[in-house]
Amino acid sequence: MKYFHLVWAALFRRKTRTLFTLLSVLAAFLLFGLLAAVRSTFDAPPSAAGVNRLVVSSRISIIQSLPQSLLQRIQSVPDVKDVAYANWFGGYYQDPKNQQQMFQIAINPGYLDVYPEIVLSADQRKAFESTRTGALIGEAAAKALNLKIGDKIPIKGAIFTNKSSGDTTWTFDIVGIFKASEAKMRGIENQLLFRWDYFNEGRGFGEGTVGWYIAQVDDPKHSEQVAAAIDAISANSDHETKTQTEEAFNLAFVKQLGDIGLIVGAIMAAVFFTLVLLTGNTMAQAVRERIPELAVLKTLGFSNASVLGLVLAESILLIVLGGTLGLLLAQVLLPALNAGSGGRMNFPPIGVSTWITGLVWMIGIGIVVGLLPALRGMRLRIVDALAGR
Amino acid sequence: MANLVEIRNLSKTYTRGKQKVEVLHHVNLDIAEGDFLALMGPSGSGKTTLLNLIGGLDSPSEGTLSVGGQRIDQLGEGALAKWRSNHVGFIFQFYNLLPMLSAQKNVELPLLLTKLSAAQRKKNASIALQLVGLAERASHKPNELSGGQQQRVAIARAIVSDPQLLVCDEPTGDLDRQSAEDVLGLLQSLNRDHGKTIIMVTHDPKAAEHARHVLHLDKGTLVESAEVA
Amino acid sequence: MNLLINVITVVVVIAVIAVLVVVPIAVVGILALLLAVWMATTRTGRQAWSVTRVGIATIPQRLGSSSVIVVGIAGVVGVLVALLAMGEGFRQTLQQTGDADTAIIMRGGATAELSSGVSRDDFTLIAQEPGIVKDAKGKPVASPELVVVANLPKKSSGTDANVEIRGVGEQAFELRPNVKIAEGRSFKPGLRELVVGKGALAQFTGLSVGSKLNLANQQWDVVGVFTSGDAHESELWGDVETVSTTYRRTGYQSITVRLTSPEAIETLKAGIAADPRLKVDVKTTGDYYSAQSENLSKIIRIIGIVIGSIMGIGAVFGALNTMYAAVATRAREIATLRAIGFRGLPVVVSVLLETMLLALLGGILGAAVTWLIFNNYTVSTLGSNFSQVVFAFKVSPALIASGLKWALAIGFVGGVFPALRAARLPVTTALREL
Repeated sequence: MKYFHLVWAALFRRKTRTLFTLLSVLAAFLLFGLLAAVRSTFDAPPSAAGVNRLVVSSRISIIQSLPQSLLQRIQSVPDVKDVAYANWFGGYYQDPKNQQQMFQIAINPGYLDVYPEIVLSADQRKAFESTRTGALIGEAAAKALNLKIGDKIPIKGAIFTNKSSGDTTWTFDIVGIFKASEAKMRGIENQLLFRWDYFNEGRGFGEGTVGWYIAQVDDPKHSEQVAAAIDAISANSDHETKTQTEEAFNLAFVKQLGDIGLIVGAIMAAVFFTLVLLTGNTMAQAVRERIPELAVLKTLGFSNASVLGLVLAESILLIVLGGTLGLLLAQVLLPALNAGSGGRMNFPPIGVSTWITGLVWMIGIGIVVGLLPALRGMRLRIVDALAGR
Repeated sequence: MANLVEIRNLSKTYTRGKQKVEVLHHVNLDIAEGDFLALMGPSGSGKTTLLNLIGGLDSPSEGTLSVGGQRIDQLGEGALAKWRSNHVGFIFQFYNLLPMLSAQKNVELPLLLTKLSAAQRKKNASIALQLVGLAERASHKPNELSGGQQQRVAIARAIVSDPQLLVCDEPTGDLDRQSAEDVLGLLQSLNRDHGKTIIMVTHDPKAAEHARHVLHLDKGTLVESAEVA
Repeated sequence: MNLLINVITVVVVIAVIAVLVVVPIAVVGILALLLAVWMATTRTGRQAWSVTRVGIATIPQRLGSSSVIVVGIAGVVGVLVALLAMGEGFRQTLQQTGDADTAIIMRGGATAELSSGVSRDDFTLIAQEPGIVKDAKGKPVASPELVVVANLPKKSSGTDANVEIRGVGEQAFELRPNVKIAEGRSFKPGLRELVVGKGALAQFTGLSVGSKLNLANQQWDVVGVFTSGDAHESELWGDVETVSTTYRRTGYQSITVRLTSPEAIETLKAGIAADPRLKVDVKTTGDYYSAQSENLSKIIRIIGIVIGSIMGIGAVFGALNTMYAAVATRAREIATLRAIGFRGLPVVVSVLLETMLLALLGGILGAAVTWLIFNNYTVSTLGSNFSQVVFAFKVSPALIASGLKWALAIGFVGGVFPALRAARLPVTTALREL
């Protein structure tokens, strides 16, 4: 540590150059931080802690529905604590462009028990249970579409025709606005939840079927056997099921968007390759200029190893400094991005593992970048360097 | 007095490209402890090479060289570096201070190689700066100091770890007369009052007058010696 | 005075970037040509050219640091062009799927086929509407269609992904002449046979001709492969009636018809609107598929520009470092030129030009590498029918042009400040210093 001031002083020998290089490194690691957040959103879609849910859907395809009669039978599977069901709706409010602002799902009231991350006041829950046309809207969607409790909202364009209106328009009464229990779950606030019984009576076809079931298990260790037991119920029927943990279900869905990991990896490879070249050049320049000074250090008795260490430490410090600032900036920017998108984007904050990977990259790049100049500094012949040769 | 430096049959050959250049031919020389020796000679005579060899910056091609009873011609690079840090102080024509460090930090540099604590390093460096009369300039960077002041900081750096031997390569070559006198006076007092053995390369006869002995080198051999003081 | 110059510089820099981003590449070319004319004809211009030549001649001595500009900018342009090519490929694939000569009819308000439904009676009525082309036998060229989604394992990951199975009417091939059987034969109506799109064949396992598929608990035979050059290539096609019975559907989801002319869409719309029994929307397939690509290609574009900008900022600082160092090493030479009477402008122009040439070289390198690796690189993503759309990266000339404009903009910013420093270098100190 006693050499630190030497390294620090050498780093800022040329302030402008160091500043520019720091800013380049900062840009690279800002990107690293942002892309890591993107990747982790796709690698592990956010899920609420401590819930052990299984998603039961049709084995044939996601759009195929299941008979409502399965409810009783799933409920009776040992280790199943609770079962809820839901149906995808797929309409829009006012403008087809709003479709992604507010996903509509028909649910049974028990759904709210299985999803503790949906935070709703007791009054509003009561109102939902007592109003057949009642609907609950997530806070983010309510804000974005400027909706409040008491509003009647017509939803159009779903596959399901409404017997009472004769077309695909369904009108719901907003009786509650819910929040997500954790910031990382804010994605669910872009939902409109309404009652499955109202939906089931009104719909023109497919009565008595549900889109998917959600089964809560008492212990995650039992997930596998419970899933097998649920799938066994409808084996060889015309409505075979596929039961998987919610995580696996979400992951499979997200994977269909594309190989985000590969894209992110390719971009980071290009960024880091460029960065290595850029800072490598800076370090080479810095060491070239300082050859006489390094010769003096060696004259005074600094060993080869310490000269090597000094130069390497300088390049590592350069990258770690810029990289840390970049990651910090990413850390500040991500919540701002999330807030700015009104809940549509929901990047997780930069976690410990990203910091550790980032630091490993910084140190690794620092070593790669500093090694050649450091070896040059180490191998210099004092007599030649002092004579300016 | 005992000999601090004993040189026997010392030769140094450089290869520059395909050419072999013998810079020193079979030099024999003893330098007594407490001596102040001026090495003179035309450029290319090998005086800096001899100085570098004595200071342990370079290794001879032939012959033996012992300083303070230790054969330094046989030391490897690492051992030589360690030896230099304990036994020799260097003073150069262009001072060779590190530009981004203050005078104080420049003087402390050699102490980083010792086991001294930070407080002790600071104290020793202050004493050395005081000795060269620059205590009040401790926090200045080299480019804020005059040439003479920079050379005095360099001298403070050379003596801070208390070596027996000071090796000076044209210490006044870049200084005006007055500053040169100050620096030479300082070297004299270090020799006289603190018992440092000093070897100084110079081509300035006035500078050489401050030494106890003067040796002349020509084409790699010692030609004559003369008592001065 | 200095402050004023700095403010002006910043304004000019921003203006140049704005111009570079907005103007087409041809204008940039014309500007370059004007510059060449200026250099050839005026005295200052000739001076600038000779100073530039000296600068360029010394690049080999500064190869390491000059390559920072080239590779740095190549990285930015490469990533930018690759991302934009992805968005462009997706947009093109979907846009090509539709045109102005065919119309798609779905239930009123439906945004995708999956959320639409059209009854058999509707089909009979719609097929008789005016504006629809009749084939040689006098039958309207209209195809009732039904899309269902099946789970199939993907080749790349081995995990299941959704593939779209489209049941089509007998006129489907007449309706879409670009759809051609490339291998095997077409399916036979009434049989559980499928033809697979070339894209789906490439992305999913077990779809080669002769293989058997289990869909909705029924066995299907793959009898052929088709090409279409559009989004339909991601689909599996079968007889609409067979698909309908297998999946126990009562009606269709959409009807696609060939119009007698692009203007006939209005005739068709009017005819349908006049029939109170029909509650459907009519769109050209061009409009329908464009709308589907809009969201995703916009997102990819924004992501590309954000990433490109951050990388671009990093590259600007790299270029600044390099050019400041270049000006420093050439300070004596520049000062000598100034001392013998060269004015400031040629010096500014030469440094700027040198940087922009290096930047352009980097841009070309980046675009070329991207083109070599990614042009026609095939990937797939989730489309609007909950199923995979296969598309290829399209590194188009327009994208390469915009990549080169980015390179020039980065080169300009990286060069202008060092250029000004070179011009403002005090002659006497520069000569003394070195």
